[in-house]
Amino acid sequence: MSQSVDLDHVTMRFGDFTAVRDAHLTINGGEFFSFLGPSGCGKTTLLRLISGFMEPTEGVVRIGGKDMAGLGPNKRPTTLIFQNLALFPLMSVAENIAFGLEVRGVRRDVRRKRADALLDLVALPGIGDKKVAELSGGQKQRVAIARALAVEPQVLLLDEPLSALDLKLRQHMRSELRALQKRTGVTFVYITHDQGEALAMSDRVAVMDVGRIEQVDTPERLYDAPVSPFVAGFVGENNRFPGRVVEVLDGLACVETAAGRLVARAGAGVKTGDAVLLFARPERLRLVPPREEAVAENRIPVTVTDRAFEGAFALYTLRTEGGTPVTAHLVHTGGGDGGPAVGERAVFAFRPDEAIVLPDDGRAAPAQEAAE
Amino acid sequence: MTTLLRRYGWPLTAVIVLLCAWWVVVMVVLPQLVMVDYSFRPNLLPREIGTEKDVWTLANYKTLWSNQIHLAIFFKTIWASCLVTFVTFVVCYPIAYYMAQVARGPKAGLFAVLLVIPYWVNEILRTFAWYILLSRGGPINEALMGLGLIAEPIDLKQGDLGVILGMVYAYILFMVFPLYTAMESLDRNQIEAARDLGASIPRIHWRVVIPHSKPGIATGCIMTFMLAAGSYAVPALLGSPGSRWFTEIIYNWFFEGGDWPQGSAYAFILLLLCLGFILLMLKLFKVRLGDIAK
Repeated sequence: MSQSVDLDHVTMRFGDFTAVRDAHLTINGGEFFSFLGPSGCGKTTLLRLISGFMEPTEGVVRIGGKDMAGLGPNKRPTTLIFQNLALFPLMSVAENIAFGLEVRGVRRDVRRKRADALLDLVALPGIGDKKVAELSGGQKQRVAIARALAVEPQVLLLDEPLSALDLKLRQHMRSELRALQKRTGVTFVYITHDQGEALAMSDRVAVMDVGRIEQVDTPERLYDAPVSPFVAGFVGENNRFPGRVVEVLDGLACVETAAGRLVARAGAGVKTGDAVLLFARPERLRLVPPREEAVAENRIPVTVTDRAFEGAFALYTLRTEGGTPVTAHLVHTGGGDGGPAVGERAVFAFRPDEAIVLPDDGRAAPAQEAAE
Repeated sequence: MTTLLRRYGWPLTAVIVLLCAWWVVVMVVLPQLVMVDYSFRPNLLPREIGTEKDVWTLANYKTLWSNQIHLAIFFKTIWASCLVTFVTFVVCYPIAYYMAQVARGPKAGLFAVLLVIPYWVNEILRTFAWYILLSRGGPINEALMGLGLIAEPIDLKQGDLGVILGMVYAYILFMVFPLYTAMESLDRNQIEAARDLGASIPRIHWRVVIPHSKPGIATGCIMTFMLAAGSYAVPALLGSPGSRWFTEIIYNWFFEGGDWPQGSAYAFILLLLCLGFILLMLKLFKVRLGDIAK
């Protein structure tokens, strides 16, 4: 029942500013698809292009294979859930939900029945006569979803709808949204700057930066095999080691860095002599026992500058001899001591197949921003 | 009062309160009470004041109901003021909506300035401008004749047309700004959400914009109605003898008839009418006085 969305070389310019640059991808029918990127990356513009509030400067938006050019938001099989939800405060909850049916001329009693059924769907039975102002943040959220689903859209567009909720509720709503999407089978297109949200809910994610789609992939592939330094830095935490490629062999690249020679998988287009960034995830770094120090691959001698115990993990902030900051997450095993203390020297290492070398295009996202 | 005390201390608070009280009691309430007193007394010669003829009576209030011409003018004033209010609303709604939701930013500011500039010219001059526009040899007649739509100049000031046109023009601001203020606070996402859910543009206005703007609409309508019903200059200049306004009759009682008690009674009847209109609007739009103050 749900339809696909095609973006066919879509570009959107505002004067000299290019908000979306040649976006070209297909969102499958029934898929939970997210656009992930920092604020100002053009993801909201893309959403408005799909919903019909804007027409692209170049390219074609198709929904269910049908060209949407010239069709306004009221003529498209999409509904948009706004960041602030945009519920109508002067209408009751049921009137809000039934608004889309009201404008389609559905009879009042039929409308009411449908609104009640949708309230059941979003697990808020019997609140149809309440005022919007009487609802909690999470309830408003669900009413907005019910209102959007009432018109039986093919594609539901969500513009960071969870950003106003507190952390706990946000995590709860993630799984609810996901479950709701599976239950209704509607194509969900979700916009967020929160990579945790995107990874947790989506079938596939498009990572965007400055108007460009960097990578479209499953959450696992984005995490394990980023195609650009931006994606590597934005999705999840990552350590970066700038350096120059000494040799590429069997899909592995040897890189001369300030922390010494390190070996990792070579990303596409990495050649000998290139300036590159080597990315190694904090949880991929392991502490090397003193007796193995001499033989370990990719050994990075460091000094511990900070240690924060968080239960499952101990988070280490380290500094290499060359001055490069490094973070490592060690699983807490429960046995014995808690690992090296602040000020101590230690050696960390990672396996070559668990890290990746990518060309340094100067657009890597600062690692900490992604965790915002 | 306590916050006032804490902020300014006793002496300054006393001064503020006394000044306010002076203004309210001496400059507003007392003169009105004098007029109320006037309106219930017969029109007497100075030497008769204080004699047995000087009694309280309802005669002045009864005059209106026995004078068919005055009564007709009274109702005409109500009806025409309602019409002025309605036309002003129809004219101002799109302007206010454009300023509040479409233009925004510097463009809206420019629009507001353009609306205000004509009000730097005094009302009499503005009304005279309309007098010239609407006159037999005026530009509107010239244009219509030039286009061949009419053969002879028509008297545009005949009947109430000129009065209504002049008033709509004179009171635009008093309608635009309350509407604008109300509409500006409407979250644009609500308009977009309604549109996204399939609503046509009239439906969006009917279900989202107008309900939200109710306090502004009520304020604008009340102001326009009061100004229209109490207007003197516009009907005096743009009206024909057949389109007299109730204010003109009040004026006549005072300054031509020399009958102040009668004039006061008429003035209070007009005041009561306006109060009635305010209450009606509040009820109609289901807003409270407090909402309007916002």
